[in-house]
Amino acid sequence: MSTTANTFDVARIREDFPILKEMINGKPLVYLDNAATSQKPQVVIDALVNYYMTENSNVHRGVHTLSQRATDSYEEARTKVQEFINAKEDKEVIFVRGTTEGINLVAQTYGRENIGPGDEIIISAMEHHSNIVPWQILCEEKGARLKVAPINDDGELLLDEFENLLSPRTKLVSIVHQSNALGTINPVEQIVELAHARGIPVLLDGAQAVAHVPVDVQKIGCDFYAFSGHKLYGPTGVGALYGRADLLNAMPPYQGGGEMIRSVTYEKTLYNVIPAKFEAGTQNIAGSVGLGAAIDYVNGVGMENIATYENELVAYGTEKLSEIEPVRLIGTARNKGSILSFVMENAHPHDVGTILDSEGVAVRTGHHCAQPLMDRYGVPATVRASLAFYNTREEIDTLVKGIDRVIEVFSR
Amino acid sequence: MSNLHDLYQEILLEHNNRPRNFRILEDANRQADGYNPLCGDQITVYLRVEDDVIADAAFQGVGCAISRASASMLTQSVMGQTVAKAEEIFEGFHALITDPDADVDFDLLGDLEVLSGVSAYPTRIKCAVLAWHTLTAAIEGKGDSVTTE
Repeated sequence: MSTTANTFDVARIREDFPILKEMINGKPLVYLDNAATSQKPQVVIDALVNYYMTENSNVHRGVHTLSQRATDSYEEARTKVQEFINAKEDKEVIFVRGTTEGINLVAQTYGRENIGPGDEIIISAMEHHSNIVPWQILCEEKGARLKVAPINDDGELLLDEFENLLSPRTKLVSIVHQSNALGTINPVEQIVELAHARGIPVLLDGAQAVAHVPVDVQKIGCDFYAFSGHKLYGPTGVGALYGRADLLNAMPPYQGGGEMIRSVTYEKTLYNVIPAKFEAGTQNIAGSVGLGAAIDYVNGVGMENIATYENELVAYGTEKLSEIEPVRLIGTARNKGSILSFVMENAHPHDVGTILDSEGVAVRTGHHCAQPLMDRYGVPATVRASLAFYNTREEIDTLVKGIDRVIEVFSR
Repeated sequence: MSNLHDLYQEILLEHNNRPRNFRILEDANRQADGYNPLCGDQITVYLRVEDDVIADAAFQGVGCAISRASASMLTQSVMGQTVAKAEEIFEGFHALITDPDADVDFDLLGDLEVLSGVSAYPTRIKCAVLAWHTLTAAIEGKGDSVTTE
Protein backbone atom coordinates (compact mmCIF):
# COMPACT_ATOMS: atom_id res chain seq x y z
CA MET A 1 0.00 0.00 0.00
CA SER A 2 1.27 3.41 -0.86
CA THR A 3 -0.46 6.61 0.02
CA THR A 4 0.32 10.23 0.76
CA ALA A 5 -1.44 12.84 2.80
CA ASN A 6 -3.15 14.16 -0.29
CA THR A 7 -4.47 10.81 -1.36
CA PHE A 8 -5.09 9.41 2.12
CA ASP A 9 -7.91 7.03 1.36
CA VAL A 10 -9.57 6.35 4.69
CA ALA A 11 -12.37 4.29 3.13
CA ARG A 12 -9.80 1.93 1.70
CA ILE A 13 -7.87 1.80 4.97
CA ARG A 14 -11.04 0.89 6.85
CA GLU A 15 -11.39 -2.14 4.59
CA ASP A 16 -8.17 -3.46 6.13
CA PHE A 17 -9.73 -3.63 9.62
CA PRO A 18 -12.43 -6.32 9.75
CA ILE A 19 -13.78 -5.32 13.18
CA LEU A 20 -14.82 -1.90 11.88
CA LYS A 21 -17.75 -3.63 10.14
CA GLU A 22 -19.21 -4.70 13.49
CA MET A 23 -22.60 -3.43 14.57
CA ILE A 24 -22.97 -2.32 18.20
CA ASN A 25 -26.45 -1.99 19.66
CA GLY A 26 -27.82 -1.95 16.14
CA LYS A 27 -25.52 0.88 15.03
CA PRO A 28 -22.24 0.77 13.12
CA LEU A 29 -19.30 0.64 15.50
CA VAL A 30 -17.59 3.99 15.96
CA TYR A 31 -14.39 2.98 17.67
CA LEU A 32 -12.91 5.93 19.53
CA ASP A 33 -11.02 4.03 22.22
CA ASN A 34 -7.75 3.65 20.37
CA ALA A 35 -5.64 4.93 23.24
CA ALA A 36 -6.79 1.91 25.25
CA THR A 37 -6.05 -0.47 22.42
CA SER A 38 -6.11 -0.15 18.66
CA GLN A 39 -7.85 -2.45 16.22
CA LYS A 40 -5.91 -4.93 14.14
CA PRO A 41 -5.62 -4.97 10.37
CA GLN A 42 -6.22 -8.26 8.56
CA VAL A 43 -2.48 -8.57 7.79
CA VAL A 44 -1.70 -8.73 11.52
CA ILE A 45 -4.41 -11.32 12.14
CA ASP A 46 -3.10 -13.31 9.15
CA ALA A 47 0.47 -13.09 10.45
CA LEU A 48 -0.59 -14.68 13.73
CA VAL A 49 -2.53 -17.43 11.97
CA ASN A 50 0.27 -18.03 9.50
CA TYR A 51 2.84 -18.23 12.26
CA TYR A 52 0.89 -20.88 14.13
CA MET A 53 0.03 -22.77 10.94
CA THR A 54 3.45 -22.86 9.33
CA GLU A 55 6.22 -21.76 11.69
CA ASN A 56 5.29 -22.46 15.30
CA SER A 57 8.25 -23.78 17.20
CA ASN A 58 10.49 -22.54 20.00
CA VAL A 59 13.21 -20.10 19.07
CA HIS A 60 16.98 -20.16 19.52
CA ARG A 61 17.15 -23.78 20.63
CA GLY A 62 16.17 -26.50 18.22
CA VAL A 63 18.45 -27.67 15.43
CA HIS A 64 15.39 -28.54 13.41
CA THR A 65 14.20 -26.53 10.44
CA LEU A 66 10.96 -25.35 11.97
CA SER A 67 12.78 -23.88 14.95
CA GLN A 68 15.04 -22.02 12.56
CA ARG A 69 12.00 -20.69 10.73
CA ALA A 70 10.46 -19.41 13.97
CA THR A 71 13.78 -17.93 15.06
CA ASP A 72 14.16 -16.12 11.74
CA SER A 73 10.67 -14.65 11.99
CA TYR A 74 11.20 -13.62 15.61
CA GLU A 75 14.52 -11.93 14.90
CA GLU A 76 13.14 -10.36 11.75
CA ALA A 77 10.44 -8.78 13.91
CA ARG A 78 13.15 -7.39 16.18
CA THR A 79 14.86 -5.80 13.20
CA LYS A 80 11.54 -4.29 12.13
CA VAL A 81 11.15 -2.69 15.55
CA GLN A 82 14.74 -1.47 15.41
CA GLU A 83 14.20 0.19 12.05
CA PHE A 84 10.81 1.56 13.04
CA ILE A 85 12.20 3.52 15.99
CA ASN A 86 15.61 3.93 14.34
CA ALA A 87 17.66 2.22 17.03
CA LYS A 88 21.32 1.87 16.13
CA GLU A 89 21.44 -1.90 16.59
CA ASP A 90 18.82 -4.64 16.74
CA LYS A 91 20.21 -5.97 20.03
CA GLU A 92 19.05 -2.73 21.64
CA VAL A 93 15.47 -3.95 21.24
CA ILE A 94 14.17 -6.17 24.05
CA PHE A 95 10.82 -7.85 23.56
CA VAL A 96 8.58 -7.38 26.60
CA ARG A 97 4.88 -7.80 27.35
CA GLY A 98 4.21 -4.13 26.86
CA THR A 99 5.11 -0.64 28.03
CA THR A 100 4.39 -1.49 31.65
CA GLU A 101 6.84 -4.37 31.66
CA GLY A 102 9.41 -2.25 29.83
CA ILE A 103 9.30 0.41 32.53
CA ASN A 104 9.34 -2.15 35.32
CA LEU A 105 12.32 -3.83 33.69
CA VAL A 106 14.30 -0.59 33.81
CA ALA A 107 13.19 0.12 37.38
CA GLN A 108 14.14 -3.33 38.62
CA THR A 109 17.49 -3.55 36.83
CA TYR A 110 18.97 -0.15 36.01
CA GLY A 111 17.06 1.41 38.89
CA ARG A 112 18.03 -1.06 41.59
CA GLU A 113 21.66 -0.89 40.51
CA ASN A 114 21.99 2.88 40.17
CA ILE A 115 19.50 4.51 42.51
CA GLY A 116 20.15 4.72 46.22
CA PRO A 117 19.08 6.53 49.40
CA GLY A 118 18.42 10.24 48.86
CA ASP A 119 18.52 9.93 45.08
CA GLU A 120 15.73 11.39 42.99
CA ILE A 121 13.70 10.22 40.02
CA ILE A 122 11.77 12.79 38.02
CA ILE A 123 8.47 12.14 36.30
CA SER A 124 5.82 14.58 35.06
CA ALA A 125 2.32 15.44 36.30
CA MET A 126 0.75 13.70 33.30
CA GLU A 127 2.03 10.17 33.79
CA HIS A 128 0.05 6.97 33.48
CA HIS A 129 0.12 4.87 36.66
CA SER A 130 2.56 2.57 34.89
CA ASN A 131 5.13 5.38 34.91
CA ILE A 132 4.45 6.27 38.54
CA VAL A 133 4.04 3.06 40.50
CA PRO A 134 7.21 1.21 39.37
CA TRP A 135 9.22 4.20 40.59
CA GLN A 136 7.32 4.40 43.86
CA ILE A 137 8.13 0.74 44.49
CA LEU A 138 11.79 1.42 43.73
CA CYS A 139 11.89 4.58 45.86
CA GLU A 140 10.34 2.73 48.77
CA GLU A 141 12.92 -0.01 48.53
CA LYS A 142 15.89 2.32 48.14
CA GLY A 143 14.89 5.32 50.20
CA ALA A 144 14.89 7.44 47.05
CA ARG A 145 12.44 10.20 46.18
CA LEU A 146 10.01 10.72 43.33
CA LYS A 147 9.76 14.31 42.05
CA VAL A 148 6.95 15.47 39.81
CA ALA A 149 7.45 18.14 37.15
CA PRO A 150 4.28 20.27 36.98
CA ILE A 151 2.10 21.14 33.99
CA ASN A 152 -0.01 24.17 33.11
CA ASP A 153 -3.79 24.23 32.71
CA ASP A 154 -3.51 23.36 29.03
CA GLY A 155 -1.65 20.21 29.97
CA GLU A 156 1.79 21.32 28.85
CA LEU A 157 4.91 20.41 30.77
CA LEU A 158 6.50 23.45 32.45
CA LEU A 159 9.99 23.01 31.08
CA ASP A 160 11.53 25.64 33.40
CA GLU A 161 10.12 23.90 36.45
CA PHE A 162 11.30 20.59 35.08
CA GLU A 163 14.79 22.00 34.68
CA ASN A 164 14.71 23.37 38.23
CA LEU A 165 14.05 19.88 39.55
CA LEU A 166 17.20 18.49 37.96
CA SER A 167 19.93 18.25 40.57
CA PRO A 168 23.03 16.23 41.38
CA ARG A 169 20.67 13.88 43.22
CA THR A 170 18.62 13.19 40.10
CA LYS A 171 19.49 9.73 38.82
CA LEU A 172 16.78 9.21 36.22
CA VAL A 173 14.12 11.10 34.29
CA SER A 174 11.11 9.06 33.17
CA ILE A 175 8.53 10.95 31.15
CA VAL A 176 5.67 10.17 28.86
CA HIS A 177 6.18 11.02 25.17
CA GLN A 178 2.46 11.52 24.55
CA SER A 179 -0.09 11.70 27.38
CA ASN A 180 -2.81 9.04 27.23
CA ALA A 181 -5.30 11.25 29.06
CA LEU A 182 -4.61 14.65 27.46
CA GLY A 183 -2.95 13.92 24.13
CA THR A 184 -0.11 16.31 24.94
CA ILE A 185 3.06 15.54 23.01
CA ASN A 186 6.02 16.43 25.20
CA PRO A 187 9.15 18.22 23.92
CA VAL A 188 11.19 15.07 24.39
CA GLU A 189 14.31 16.28 22.60
CA GLN A 190 14.54 19.29 24.91
CA ILE A 191 13.86 17.12 27.95
CA VAL A 192 16.67 14.77 26.94
CA GLU A 193 19.03 17.67 26.23
CA LEU A 194 18.39 19.24 29.64
CA ALA A 195 18.85 15.93 31.45
CA HIS A 196 21.89 14.83 29.47
CA ALA A 197 23.59 18.16 30.10
CA ARG A 198 23.69 16.97 33.72
CA GLY A 199 24.54 13.38 32.90
CA ILE A 200 21.05 12.09 33.75
CA PRO A 201 19.59 9.26 31.65
CA VAL A 202 16.05 9.53 30.27
CA LEU A 203 13.37 6.89 29.81
CA LEU A 204 10.41 7.74 27.59
CA ASP A 205 7.02 6.06 27.89
CA GLY A 206 6.07 5.74 24.25
CA ALA A 207 2.85 3.76 24.69
CA GLN A 208 0.73 6.39 22.92
CA ALA A 209 3.26 8.26 20.84
CA VAL A 210 4.54 5.30 18.89
CA ALA A 211 1.23 4.92 17.07
CA HIS A 212 0.77 8.60 16.29
CA VAL A 213 4.09 10.32 15.67
CA PRO A 214 7.24 9.13 13.90
CA VAL A 215 9.72 8.03 16.60
CA ASP A 216 13.48 8.23 16.10
CA VAL A 217 15.23 7.25 19.33
CA GLN A 218 18.64 8.38 18.06
CA LYS A 219 17.35 11.79 17.09
CA ILE A 220 15.47 12.14 20.40
CA GLY A 221 18.59 10.91 22.15
CA CYS A 222 16.73 9.06 24.92
CA ASP A 223 18.38 6.21 26.79
CA PHE A 224 15.29 4.00 27.09
CA TYR A 225 12.04 3.96 25.14
CA ALA A 226 9.17 1.62 26.00
CA PHE A 227 6.05 0.86 23.96
CA SER A 228 3.27 -1.70 23.52
CA GLY A 229 2.43 -3.55 20.34
CA HIS A 230 -1.31 -3.52 20.88
CA LYS A 231 -1.60 0.25 20.64
CA LEU A 232 0.34 0.09 17.38
CA TYR A 233 -2.23 -2.13 15.62
CA GLY A 234 -0.37 -5.25 16.76
CA PRO A 235 -1.39 -8.05 19.13
CA THR A 236 -1.75 -7.71 22.90
CA GLY A 237 0.92 -9.12 25.19
CA VAL A 238 3.93 -7.91 23.27
CA GLY A 239 5.90 -4.70 23.24
CA ALA A 240 9.44 -3.49 23.09
CA LEU A 241 11.94 -1.78 25.31
CA TYR A 242 14.69 0.10 23.55
CA GLY A 243 17.82 0.66 25.59
CA ARG A 244 21.19 2.03 24.64
CA ALA A 245 23.53 -0.94 24.23
CA ASP A 246 26.12 0.29 26.72
CA LEU A 247 23.45 0.72 29.39
CA LEU A 248 21.83 -2.64 28.68
CA ASN A 249 25.21 -4.36 28.77
CA ALA A 250 25.97 -2.92 32.19
CA MET A 251 22.56 -3.72 33.67
CA PRO A 252 21.86 -6.84 35.72
CA PRO A 253 19.31 -9.26 34.30
CA TYR A 254 15.57 -8.76 34.91
CA GLN A 255 14.29 -12.31 35.34
CA GLY A 256 16.22 -15.54 35.60
CA GLY A 257 15.47 -18.58 33.47
CA GLY A 258 16.12 -20.20 30.15
CA GLU A 259 17.51 -18.28 27.21
CA MET A 260 18.97 -15.48 29.34
CA ILE A 261 22.00 -17.58 30.36
CA ARG A 262 25.27 -18.49 28.71
CA SER A 263 26.12 -21.30 31.08
CA VAL A 264 24.70 -22.55 34.33
CA THR A 265 26.35 -24.51 37.13
CA TYR A 266 25.22 -24.66 40.73
CA GLU A 267 28.22 -22.52 41.63
CA LYS A 268 28.00 -19.81 38.99
CA THR A 269 25.78 -18.75 36.13
CA LEU A 270 27.02 -16.64 33.28
CA TYR A 271 24.41 -14.43 31.65
CA ASN A 272 23.77 -14.22 27.97
CA VAL A 273 24.53 -11.14 25.89
CA ILE A 274 21.83 -8.59 25.05
CA PRO A 275 19.03 -8.82 24.06
CA ALA A 276 18.76 -12.46 25.27
CA LYS A 277 19.94 -11.46 28.76
CA PHE A 278 16.58 -9.74 29.24
CA GLU A 279 14.38 -12.32 27.57
CA ALA A 280 14.12 -15.14 30.09
CA GLY A 281 11.77 -17.97 29.19
CA THR A 282 9.82 -18.51 26.02
CA GLN A 283 8.75 -15.15 24.70
CA ASN A 284 5.54 -14.15 22.94
CA ILE A 285 6.95 -15.29 19.61
CA ALA A 286 3.69 -15.13 17.67
CA GLY A 287 2.96 -11.73 19.17
CA SER A 288 6.36 -10.43 18.13
CA VAL A 289 5.77 -11.67 14.60
CA GLY A 290 2.37 -9.97 14.67
CA LEU A 291 3.98 -6.75 15.87
CA GLY A 292 6.39 -6.99 12.95
CA ALA A 293 3.42 -7.29 10.58
CA ALA A 294 1.78 -4.27 12.22
CA ILE A 295 4.95 -2.23 11.69
CA ASP A 296 5.03 -3.27 8.03
CA TYR A 297 1.42 -2.16 7.76
CA VAL A 298 1.85 1.29 9.31
CA ASN A 299 5.04 1.80 7.31
CA GLY A 300 2.93 1.13 4.22
CA VAL A 301 0.50 3.86 5.24
CA GLY A 302 3.36 6.05 6.43
CA MET A 303 3.76 7.48 9.92
CA GLU A 304 3.99 11.02 8.53
CA ASN A 305 0.72 10.52 6.67
CA ILE A 306 -0.89 9.06 9.77
CA ALA A 307 0.20 12.02 11.89
CA THR A 308 -1.00 14.54 9.31
CA TYR A 309 -4.39 12.88 8.88
CA GLU A 310 -4.95 12.40 12.62
CA ASN A 311 -4.00 15.99 13.36
CA GLU A 312 -6.64 17.21 10.92
CA LEU A 313 -9.15 14.90 12.54
CA VAL A 314 -8.35 15.99 16.08
CA ALA A 315 -8.57 19.65 14.99
CA TYR A 316 -12.00 18.95 13.50
CA GLY A 317 -13.09 17.17 16.69
CA THR A 318 -11.77 19.99 18.88
CA GLU A 319 -13.71 22.53 16.83
CA LYS A 320 -16.94 20.50 16.98
CA LEU A 321 -16.72 19.75 20.71
CA SER A 322 -15.83 23.36 21.52
CA GLU A 323 -19.15 24.41 20.00
CA ILE A 324 -21.08 22.33 22.54
CA GLU A 325 -21.70 24.49 25.57
CA PRO A 326 -21.75 21.95 28.43
CA VAL A 327 -18.56 20.33 27.12
CA ARG A 328 -15.19 21.28 28.62
CA LEU A 329 -12.09 19.90 26.93
CA ILE A 330 -9.36 18.66 29.28
CA GLY A 331 -6.00 18.90 27.59
CA THR A 332 -5.55 21.76 25.16
CA ALA A 333 -1.81 21.73 24.63
CA ARG A 334 -0.52 23.44 21.50
CA ASN A 335 1.33 20.28 20.58
CA LYS A 336 -1.16 17.46 21.03
CA GLY A 337 -2.57 14.65 18.98
CA SER A 338 -5.23 11.97 18.65
CA ILE A 339 -7.05 12.55 21.95
CA LEU A 340 -10.22 14.45 22.84
CA SER A 341 -10.69 14.26 26.59
CA PHE A 342 -13.64 16.12 28.07
CA VAL A 343 -16.12 16.50 30.88
CA MET A 344 -19.75 17.65 30.69
CA GLU A 345 -21.75 19.81 33.02
CA ASN A 346 -24.47 17.81 34.79
CA ALA A 347 -23.49 14.50 33.25
CA HIS A 348 -20.94 12.18 34.78
CA PRO A 349 -18.47 10.59 32.32
CA HIS A 350 -19.85 7.13 33.07
CA ASP A 351 -23.33 8.16 32.08
CA VAL A 352 -21.96 9.84 28.96
CA GLY A 353 -20.15 6.62 28.09
CA THR A 354 -23.28 4.50 28.43
CA ILE A 355 -25.34 6.85 26.28
CA LEU A 356 -22.62 7.07 23.61
CA ASP A 357 -22.41 3.27 23.62
CA SER A 358 -26.10 3.09 22.84
CA GLU A 359 -25.22 5.04 19.68
CA GLY A 360 -22.46 2.57 18.81
CA VAL A 361 -19.73 4.96 19.93
CA ALA A 362 -16.97 3.36 22.02
CA VAL A 363 -15.12 5.80 24.26
CA ARG A 364 -13.22 5.36 27.47
CA THR A 365 -14.61 6.90 30.61
CA GLY A 366 -12.80 7.06 33.91
CA HIS A 367 -9.49 8.23 35.27
CA HIS A 368 -7.45 6.64 32.45
CA CYS A 369 -4.97 5.20 34.96
CA ALA A 370 -3.89 8.76 35.67
CA GLN A 371 -5.56 9.60 38.99
CA PRO A 372 -3.02 12.24 40.07
CA LEU A 373 -3.63 14.00 36.76
CA MET A 374 -7.40 13.91 37.29
CA ASP A 375 -6.79 15.45 40.73
CA ARG A 376 -4.75 18.18 39.04
CA TYR A 377 -7.83 19.12 37.00
CA GLY A 378 -10.23 18.62 39.90
CA VAL A 379 -12.28 16.00 38.07
CA PRO A 380 -12.83 12.39 39.13
CA ALA A 381 -12.90 11.19 35.55
CA THR A 382 -13.20 12.29 31.93
CA VAL A 383 -14.71 10.99 28.74
CA ARG A 384 -11.93 10.25 26.30
CA ALA A 385 -12.39 9.88 22.57
CA SER A 386 -9.09 8.69 21.16
CA LEU A 387 -8.55 8.60 17.43
CA ALA A 388 -6.74 6.42 14.96
CA PHE A 389 -6.08 6.94 11.26
CA TYR A 390 -9.08 4.76 10.35
CA ASN A 391 -11.48 7.16 12.03
CA THR A 392 -13.40 9.69 9.97
CA ARG A 393 -15.04 13.09 10.23
CA GLU A 394 -18.40 11.34 9.98
CA GLU A 395 -17.53 9.37 13.11
CA ILE A 396 -16.73 12.60 14.94
CA ASP A 397 -20.16 13.82 13.84
CA THR A 398 -21.69 10.66 15.30
CA LEU A 399 -19.87 11.38 18.57
CA VAL A 400 -21.29 14.89 18.55
CA LYS A 401 -24.79 13.52 17.92
CA GLY A 402 -24.30 11.16 20.86
CA ILE A 403 -23.31 14.08 23.06
CA ASP A 404 -26.47 15.88 21.98
CA ARG A 405 -28.36 12.81 23.13
CA VAL A 406 -26.63 13.02 26.54
CA ILE A 407 -27.75 16.62 26.84
CA GLU A 408 -31.27 15.63 25.88
CA VAL A 409 -31.44 12.78 28.43
CA PHE A 410 -30.00 14.86 31.23
CA SER A 411 -32.09 17.94 30.61
CA ARG A 412 -35.32 16.09 31.23
CA MET B 1 -30.22 -3.05 24.21
CA SER B 2 -33.19 -1.69 25.99
CA ASN B 3 -34.17 1.88 25.60
CA LEU B 4 -31.99 4.43 27.33
CA HIS B 5 -35.08 5.88 28.88
CA ASP B 6 -35.53 2.64 30.82
CA LEU B 7 -32.15 3.28 32.38
CA TYR B 8 -32.37 7.02 32.85
CA GLN B 9 -35.92 7.23 34.14
CA GLU B 10 -37.18 10.56 35.32
CA ILE B 11 -37.24 9.58 38.99
CA LEU B 12 -33.62 8.48 38.73
CA LEU B 13 -32.58 11.76 37.11
CA GLU B 14 -34.52 13.65 39.71
CA HIS B 15 -32.66 11.87 42.53
CA ASN B 16 -29.40 12.62 40.70
CA ASN B 17 -30.18 16.30 40.46
CA ARG B 18 -31.58 16.60 43.95
CA PRO B 19 -30.23 13.73 46.05
CA ARG B 20 -32.06 13.11 49.34
CA ASN B 21 -30.16 13.03 52.62
CA PHE B 22 -27.06 14.28 50.88
CA ARG B 23 -25.29 15.54 53.96
CA ILE B 24 -22.86 14.66 56.69
CA LEU B 25 -24.67 13.07 59.60
CA GLU B 26 -23.12 14.77 62.61
CA ASP B 27 -24.50 12.29 65.12
CA ALA B 28 -23.83 9.16 63.07
CA ASN B 29 -22.73 6.16 65.09
CA ARG B 30 -21.91 4.02 62.05
CA GLN B 31 -20.23 5.08 58.83
CA ALA B 32 -18.20 3.60 56.00
CA ASP B 33 -16.50 4.73 52.79
CA GLY B 34 -17.06 3.07 49.44
CA TYR B 35 -14.91 3.37 46.37
CA ASN B 36 -15.16 2.11 42.82
CA PRO B 37 -11.57 2.08 41.55
CA LEU B 38 -12.75 1.52 37.98
CA CYS B 39 -14.47 4.86 37.67
CA GLY B 40 -13.37 6.78 40.75
CA ASP B 41 -16.83 6.95 42.35
CA GLN B 42 -16.53 7.68 46.05
CA ILE B 43 -19.18 7.58 48.70
CA THR B 44 -19.54 7.82 52.47
CA VAL B 45 -22.64 6.35 54.07
CA TYR B 46 -23.61 7.61 57.54
CA LEU B 47 -26.06 5.86 59.84
CA ARG B 48 -27.48 6.48 63.26
CA VAL B 49 -28.58 3.09 64.54
CA GLU B 50 -30.68 3.01 67.69
CA ASP B 51 -31.88 -0.27 69.17
CA ASP B 52 -31.28 -2.05 65.90
CA VAL B 53 -33.29 0.52 63.96
CA ILE B 54 -31.77 2.86 61.38
CA ALA B 55 -32.99 6.12 62.87
CA ASP B 56 -31.18 8.29 60.34
CA ALA B 57 -29.23 7.71 57.12
CA ALA B 58 -27.27 10.09 54.89
CA PHE B 59 -24.51 10.07 52.32
CA GLN B 60 -21.84 12.19 50.69
CA GLY B 61 -19.63 11.62 47.69
CA VAL B 62 -19.10 11.93 43.97
CA GLY B 63 -20.34 9.61 41.30
CA CYS B 64 -22.40 9.04 38.22
CA ALA B 65 -26.16 9.50 38.04
CA ILE B 66 -26.79 5.85 38.77
CA SER B 67 -24.60 5.65 41.85
CA ARG B 68 -25.93 8.96 43.16
CA ALA B 69 -29.57 8.11 42.61
CA SER B 70 -29.06 4.67 44.09
CA ALA B 71 -27.47 6.16 47.21
CA SER B 72 -30.19 8.76 47.50
CA MET B 73 -32.95 6.14 47.28
CA LEU B 74 -31.04 3.90 49.66
CA THR B 75 -31.15 6.50 52.42
CA GLN B 76 -34.89 6.89 51.92
CA SER B 77 -35.63 3.22 51.84
CA VAL B 78 -33.66 2.15 54.91
CA MET B 79 -34.64 5.10 57.09
CA GLY B 80 -36.69 3.87 60.01
CA GLN B 81 -36.17 0.22 59.11
CA THR B 82 -34.56 -2.41 61.27
CA VAL B 83 -31.07 -3.48 60.27
CA ALA B 84 -32.45 -6.88 59.27
CA LYS B 85 -35.08 -5.25 57.06
CA ALA B 86 -32.43 -3.03 55.42
CA GLU B 87 -30.42 -6.11 54.59
CA GLU B 88 -33.52 -7.71 53.14
CA ILE B 89 -34.10 -4.64 50.97
CA PHE B 90 -30.51 -4.85 49.69
CA GLU B 91 -31.02 -8.50 48.83
CA GLY B 92 -34.16 -7.69 46.87
CA PHE B 93 -32.49 -4.72 45.20
CA HIS B 94 -29.49 -6.80 44.21
CA ALA B 95 -31.77 -9.37 42.57
CA LEU B 96 -33.65 -6.56 40.81
CA ILE B 97 -30.58 -5.08 39.12
CA THR B 98 -28.74 -8.29 38.33
CA ASP B 99 -31.49 -10.60 37.21
CA PRO B 100 -34.27 -9.29 34.96
CA ASP B 101 -36.32 -12.43 35.70
CA ALA B 102 -35.93 -12.28 39.47
CA ASP B 103 -39.05 -12.61 41.57
CA VAL B 104 -38.77 -9.41 43.57
CA ASP B 105 -41.06 -7.86 46.12
CA PHE B 106 -41.78 -4.44 44.61
CA ASP B 107 -43.64 -3.30 47.72
CA LEU B 108 -40.43 -3.79 49.64
CA LEU B 109 -38.36 -1.84 47.12
CA GLY B 110 -40.60 1.15 46.43
CA ASP B 111 -38.85 3.80 44.28
CA LEU B 112 -35.83 1.55 43.89
CA GLU B 113 -37.77 -0.19 41.14
CA VAL B 114 -36.69 2.56 38.73
CA LEU B 115 -33.16 1.16 38.89
CA SER B 116 -34.31 -2.12 37.32
CA GLY B 117 -33.09 -0.81 33.96
CA VAL B 118 -29.53 -1.29 35.17
CA SER B 119 -29.84 -5.06 34.70
CA ALA B 120 -29.56 -4.51 30.94
CA TYR B 121 -26.22 -2.71 31.43
CA PRO B 122 -23.82 -5.13 33.16
CA THR B 123 -21.03 -2.54 33.25
CA ARG B 124 -23.19 -0.26 35.36
CA ILE B 125 -24.27 -2.70 38.07
CA LYS B 126 -21.26 -1.73 40.17
CA CYS B 127 -22.39 1.88 40.07
CA ALA B 128 -25.78 0.92 41.47
CA VAL B 129 -24.51 -1.35 44.26
CA LEU B 130 -21.65 0.79 45.54
CA ALA B 131 -23.79 2.60 48.11
CA TRP B 132 -25.34 -0.67 49.24
CA HIS B 133 -22.05 -2.44 49.87
CA THR B 134 -21.00 0.65 51.76
CA LEU B 135 -24.22 0.47 53.78
CA THR B 136 -23.44 -3.13 54.68
CA ALA B 137 -19.94 -2.15 55.78
CA ALA B 138 -21.38 0.64 57.90
CA ILE B 139 -23.93 -1.69 59.53
CA GLU B 140 -21.25 -4.24 60.25
CA GLY B 141 -19.19 -1.45 61.74
CA LYS B 142 -16.16 -2.33 59.68
CA GLY B 143 -15.23 1.33 59.47
CA ASP B 144 -12.70 0.83 56.70
CA SER B 145 -13.47 1.42 53.07
CA VAL B 146 -15.05 -1.09 50.73
CA THR B 147 -14.47 -1.30 47.00
CA THR B 148 -16.49 -2.77 44.20
CA GLU B 149 -13.48 -4.81 43.07
